Amino acid sequence: MVERNISPAVEASLTALAVSLRGVTKAYDNGVTALGPFDLAVRKGEFISLLGPSGCGKSTALRIIAGLSAPSTGTVRVARHEGSVQPGHVQPGHGIGFVFQEPTLMPWTSVRENVRLPLRLARVPKADARARADQALASVGLADFADAYPRELSGGMKMRVSLARALVTDPEILLMDEPFAALDEITRFRLNNDLLALWRRLRKTVIFVTHSVFESVYLSQRVVVMTARPGRIQADIRIETVEPRGEEFRTSAAYSDYCRRVSAALAPSYSGQSTL
Amino acid sequence: MSAQAPIIAGSSRAQRAMRFVLPVVVFAAGLVAWELVVRLKGIPPYVLPAPSVIVLTLIRDWAVLSQSLATTLLTTLEGFLAASIGGIALALLFNQSKWVEYSLFPYAVVLQVTPVIAIAPLLLIYLEQQTAVVVCAFIVAFFPVLSNTTLGLNSVDRNLAGLFQLYGASPQQTLRFLKLPAALPYILGGLRIAGGLSLIGAVVAEIAAGTAGAGSGLAYRIAESGYRLNIPRMFAALLLLSLAGIVIYGVLALVSHLVLRRWHESALGKEN
Repeated sequence: MVERNISPAVEASLTALAVSLRGVTKAYDNGVTALGPFDLAVRKGEFISLLGPSGCGKSTALRIIAGLSAPSTGTVRVARHEGSVQPGHVQPGHGIGFVFQEPTLMPWTSVRENVRLPLRLARVPKADARARADQALASVGLADFADAYPRELSGGMKMRVSLARALVTDPEILLMDEPFAALDEITRFRLNNDLLALWRRLRKTVIFVTHSVFESVYLSQRVVVMTARPGRIQADIRIETVEPRGEEFRTSAAYSDYCRRVSAALAPSYSGQSTL
Repeated sequence: MSAQAPIIAGSSRAQRAMRFVLPVVVFAAGLVAWELVVRLKGIPPYVLPAPSVIVLTLIRDWAVLSQSLATTLLTTLEGFLAASIGGIALALLFNQSKWVEYSLFPYAVVLQVTPVIAIAPLLLIYLEQQTAVVVCAFIVAFFPVLSNTTLGLNSVDRNLAGLFQLYGASPQQTLRFLKLPAALPYILGGLRIAGGLSLIGAVVAEIAAGTAGAGSGLAYRIAESGYRLNIPRMFAALLLLSLAGIVIYGVLALVSHLVLRRWHESALGKEN
């Protein structure tokens, strides 16, 4: 254990944290170190972005927070988890919603059944679960598509279904792994706005992995810039602007200013790599 | 895309019609040529019966042949059911435990690659005849079900598996809600192959049993008619076997299409 002699004040401040990672590393069996040591503290209700080059371990960090992957060393604390995740142990968290890069929907069943899945696995009674699934679908604007099959939806709509499924358990923490990377720009902007609106309404803790500077600045309160593999924190930039953000923020001078700062922080991560 | 759609639809409709018409034309032409050759050359029916004679034999011998058809179909059905249940169950077992898979898979392969015609006489010695015939059909048909189901169970989307893990799904829930549905297209593909193969297995075993002097399936009729130089009846029985194979394939393909039509690419291609 890394923690020793924690003062009561620190202990109190820790409780306001949704996620904290200390000295977390991840090494694969082939000896490649993918991550760390990596420290991260996310307050409850905060929207942060993890930004870094491909292969820097940002997705690995997200999978570790979700409990889908075990850290090699270090401690992971996630609110609602009882206790902490020990190195080498996988402990899936129930207070967590996860949105993958692909929509990751089950093609063999309807949109409603896809959204209901987490509740079904938790053995929530059917009527209740259906009502909550429909509510989650309504919150992403897909109330009319509950009976459609995934293949009948566009890429953006599938991503919304995936988001609804992550929200259906009403998790404290929403982890998003480059969710909009495969979408066209217009759809992406619309989903960015919808995500911000959802976040303002629900005030979930969001950890958003992306490799888009513009997306990270637009969405998040904090942009955590990571180095190339093994990923560490290069910079932690707070984005302060008038809330709620909207399209006018995207075209403001402050926005391009932040983008320039974040890009500058990101640049060293790409040094030594080919321009591709 | 939308502007081209009518043209594509028009040409594909003509193409689809031709896909039905052309084989029928070829078949009819072949029959006419066959009939003509037999009549003009005066070939006796015990050398080569004309198609008309075969059809007449089919009608005249219907009482015997239909009985044999029922026997063969029953054997095929039993072998097919055993192969389906056995193949899927074994694949599930393999999926649950790597050790079981490592221990048993080589023997499944051995059973598959050993020609069933060589196993049949042995089985007929140790087993009651009807059981032996069903076991032969099972042996031939179960491997495609096993290997396809195994492939399907291993083809689960990695992220979906992660999702199930995230929500703490039990092994039973993962099997029921994720693995089996994901494997369904593969399982159905395996069953489609197994249907035809169980007919082959049944026929092979019947022939092996028939030479031992027992049995009443279609294959036995063929062997028996061969000894009696009743060539038209051989052809009639062969025709029935062939039709049975086509019907079995058609039924399984239809079932597969109906089950998958709402979501799987293989079934969607036909509609779009």
